[in-house]
Amino acid sequence: MILIWLIGLLMGGGLLAFLVGQWNKTLPRWISLYTLIIGFIALISFWVEHYAAINIGSTDSWMIDFQQDWIPSFGISFHLAIDGLSLLLLMLTFFLGILAVLCSWKEITEHLGFYHFNLLWILAGISGVFMAMDLFLFYFFWEIMLIPMYFLIGIWGSKNREYAAYKFFIFTQVSGLLMFISILALYFIHAQNTGRYTFNYFELLGTVIAPQTAFWLMMGFMIAFAVKLPVVPFHSWLPDAHSEAPTAGSLILAGLLLKTGAYGILRFVLPLFPEIAKTYAPCAMLLGVIGIIYGAILAFSQTDLKRLIAYTSVSHMGFVILGIFAFNELAFQGVVMQLLTHAISTGALFIMAGMLKERLHTREIDEMGGLWFQMPKMGAIAVLFAMASLGLPGLGNFVAEFLILLGAFKSNMWLTVLATIGLIFSAIYSLRMIQKVFHGPIPASAPFSDFSWREVFIMAVLTISIIWLGLYPQPIINTARPMIKQMEQLFPTEFKNQP
Amino acid sequence: MEHLLWLIPACPLAGFLILTLTGKSMPPAWVAIIGAGMVSLSAIFTIIIGIDFLTFPPASGHHSQTLWTWMEVADFHPKITLYLDALSLVFIFVITFIGALIHLYSVAFMAFDKDYSRFFACMNLFVFSMLLLVLADNLLLLYLGWEGVGLCSYLLIGFWYEHSENGYAARKAFIITRIGDTAMAIGIFVIFYQFGTLLIPDILAKAPSLWHPGASMATITALLLLAGGLGKSAQLPFQTWLPDAMAGPSPVSALIHAATMVTAGVYLIARMHVIFELSPTVQLIVAGIGAATLFIAGFSALTQYDLKRVLAYSTISQIGYMFLALGLGAWTAAIFHFMIHAFFKALLFLAAGAVIDALNHEHNMSKMGGLKNKLPVVFWTFVIGSASLIALPLISSGFYSKDQILWFAWASKNGNPLLWLIAFLGAFITALYTTRMVILTFWGATKTEVQRLPGKLITIPLIILAFFTICAGFIELPHNFGSLTLFSDFLHQVLPETVLKSTANGEFSFQLLAALATFGGIYTAYILWHKQPERIEKLKRNEAVLLLYSFWHAGWGFDQLYKTVIVRPVVFLANINKNDVVDKIYQGITLVSIGLYRCLSFTQSGSLRWYIMGLVVGAIIILGIQIIL
Repeated sequence: MILIWLIGLLMGGGLLAFLVGQWNKTLPRWISLYTLIIGFIALISFWVEHYAAINIGSTDSWMIDFQQDWIPSFGISFHLAIDGLSLLLLMLTFFLGILAVLCSWKEITEHLGFYHFNLLWILAGISGVFMAMDLFLFYFFWEIMLIPMYFLIGIWGSKNREYAAYKFFIFTQVSGLLMFISILALYFIHAQNTGRYTFNYFELLGTVIAPQTAFWLMMGFMIAFAVKLPVVPFHSWLPDAHSEAPTAGSLILAGLLLKTGAYGILRFVLPLFPEIAKTYAPCAMLLGVIGIIYGAILAFSQTDLKRLIAYTSVSHMGFVILGIFAFNELAFQGVVMQLLTHAISTGALFIMAGMLKERLHTREIDEMGGLWFQMPKMGAIAVLFAMASLGLPGLGNFVAEFLILLGAFKSNMWLTVLATIGLIFSAIYSLRMIQKVFHGPIPASAPFSDFSWREVFIMAVLTISIIWLGLYPQPIINTARPMIKQMEQLFPTEFKNQP
Repeated sequence: MEHLLWLIPACPLAGFLILTLTGKSMPPAWVAIIGAGMVSLSAIFTIIIGIDFLTFPPASGHHSQTLWTWMEVADFHPKITLYLDALSLVFIFVITFIGALIHLYSVAFMAFDKDYSRFFACMNLFVFSMLLLVLADNLLLLYLGWEGVGLCSYLLIGFWYEHSENGYAARKAFIITRIGDTAMAIGIFVIFYQFGTLLIPDILAKAPSLWHPGASMATITALLLLAGGLGKSAQLPFQTWLPDAMAGPSPVSALIHAATMVTAGVYLIARMHVIFELSPTVQLIVAGIGAATLFIAGFSALTQYDLKRVLAYSTISQIGYMFLALGLGAWTAAIFHFMIHAFFKALLFLAAGAVIDALNHEHNMSKMGGLKNKLPVVFWTFVIGSASLIALPLISSGFYSKDQILWFAWASKNGNPLLWLIAFLGAFITALYTTRMVILTFWGATKTEVQRLPGKLITIPLIILAFFTICAGFIELPHNFGSLTLFSDFLHQVLPETVLKSTANGEFSFQLLAALATFGGIYTAYILWHKQPERIEKLKRNEAVLLLYSFWHAGWGFDQLYKTVIVRPVVFLANINKNDVVDKIYQGITLVSIGLYRCLSFTQSGSLRWYIMGLVVGAIIILGIQIIL
């Protein structure tokens, strides 16, 4: 019941913020803040309550299952369920949601009600994606998160926002349609086999499909998720969308929207088409490696701070693809960690880019430099997250990337070696970023203020999270374990720990 | 006492945290007390635990303390466990003791810096990372310390961030060492799948039964680990970052060169010695790289005019001796030289810092001179350090440590005359450039006036270090006089004995030769730079000598080579692809769509004539096709 209640909370909160926004200029902020805090507390208490049960290692990875008929004549139901992975991603959604509200506190002043409506509805869509166990419902939420995001970029973005919004919309929409075709095809093939028309995930799981057809169906899903993730060469919407979106938009794009792609692959592509996935795993891993290195090199050459960070996302998401198609426990755990730690580290960098833009009114790193003198706190935190992004041990991203590489090394040694070389490139672009922004000659221009208390709070929360994940990631690992054990049944031979 | 082990790294970590969180608003005196105090506290704990370790040696040869399990995934469960044995005890002693002296010195040396607290915070973190590196019981935790050391070197080399070239030096250090680290990470993957664990004692125990000597897996693993060591220890071909690393404040150089960072590679190889012993090829490579590096860096040191750059090249060269010893299987000799080197190199850097500070940040030796009466304490301590660096026979500790290595280069099982010859020539060059450095700095006419005299907090650490530089050598004396082996006996708990050739004899004549090289070097330098400087002037007029001079001065052209072969092409490729060639495909699709739309919209002109024309042309075409078919 908590699941539907969460979505209702977000959608209701959004509507309320919109209505209140008509006559009050500040209240919408508080409404969406409280909405998200309530949801977050509810999820945390749910997690704490169920943590012991997860640890026992029950065979069933599902924690809650909620099902209600929606359009029974087509076999569509309102079916929500979560396992450890969904729960982690849901907590992440609310966590970043709170930060998104906080970081747009001063930045957004126009159409406040509508802004918070969009923000909360994106989050509702994302939450729905992480919970939906009915493929039609999944597609429905997939679209819900798209449209408000389009508005968020198109209305509150910076100069080139319309181009970016269109590009984002067309990329995701086209790829989403391919997925929809696949969903429908799956629906009809399942009906042909069994005579039962249903979109229920659990019923569709065992559908027998001719390999030739299965390949095309998988591609339909895969392209939709690959665009979201993004996998090179489908990444080119991302730098535009990330750099033009308002800070909260970039935060949600990098922290959550990209994760829906990875989630989709883990939840749908692998369980529905395990054989095809195995066959094409080397190709997928190769694309991952290309993403790691290509993204890093592009990040190195950027002069727009937000574009730079956006390309680092491409590089980091390459690790996700590499890890997913390595099919073993180490790599899967690494992938789950990467989803969380990348959201935190890249989110922090985007938030700081936003703060810099508020102060300097530019995103060009060539116009920055020597800012450490005036903003030592921000400088220190930026170094910390640059280090997280280059995979410094002790911070969360290291655990994630190390586990992915360690796992992938078993399934494909040479590609993993290439991916490891990506670690050198990540050092190059991260340090270049710090150099260009915070080091160098001290500017003579007007003094810029360091962190305000609100900003200190945001960064402190992120800092604590990334260090916690780096030094004691066990709670996350334990929570994700049951779901990964389920994966083991799909890929029993790959899981065996034989080098 | 061993339950206090965690306090050794915890103290500097606490110092780092306190200073980072509250340092800005703290009065400088408090910053100094916490910054220097925490490392001193750590040194005191080390001494207590060390004494305990020596008086009540643990039966297993080690203490270990598990703090918590880092992560637990499938059968991969690295723990945060500290592991103390003879080898790590030597290292933590050097790190904390010399680290504390350097911190004490910094209290006065950095007193007028605007970022006083940031400096101490980073220094404390540096000491912490290094302690974790040597105390780690598994390779993943070691890697944490390893990368932490890299981070701190980056932060401290680029400490004065206003100058872009400092930032460049800092990034260079981080990135070059990261290349080695990446190879090492791959080595860790290989080890995990070979042994099923990253626990160092387990790996060392299992290796001989898993691999036969000379096995290709052993060679690959050893090479990958070696790459990590070469990066951190600034050995060929990764040595280029260290000369630039002196962009940081002098105490930082002392810390990097003596107590931390560059010795990490030596530690790694000594720690994983079983794997290296299983691969004679890699052993030979280690020795070869060590010999080549000590030779190359020696010549470069000879041509430098920046006081700290001379010292930087001398570090590369001395670490080369350690690598040579490691490659020879002279494990204890390498560690002994590491310890002695730590004392005298810290001393030299701190004394050089005092000189530079006294001359108002003058680094150039050609503008120094005549300081021996003006800065007597600095002068004498510097001379003591230099005597050790050039291995002055009998009275300097450097003699006892370096002589061992020279002897093993000849006499050990892996030794050969060529390695000995290079090491021997290296000793001569060391004496040459060190004497040159001392003469240029302290003798001759005064060229820059002393602006301020060093205070007590600066001279006391120098005196303490000078004392140890002299005395530390006497705990390990050669077989033919004294034959005291306290140090190597202690380390033989962990490291195997050096195997000598059965035919090896005549240690005394080799010592005599080594002494000859040292005195020859001193005398030559004395003639060239003091007695008859016109000879140098004459040499400088020679075209070939000048060419060689600039070649050595530029570090044998390695920087230039890397710049042309690697850096420029990568930057060039990255820059031409700034706008992402993949995006061009999508832009192309957009352009084509727009073009088609324009074409089609052109037909919808609203003019009736064109529509009728279109109908007619269409009809003709259809009819034409029908007729033809």
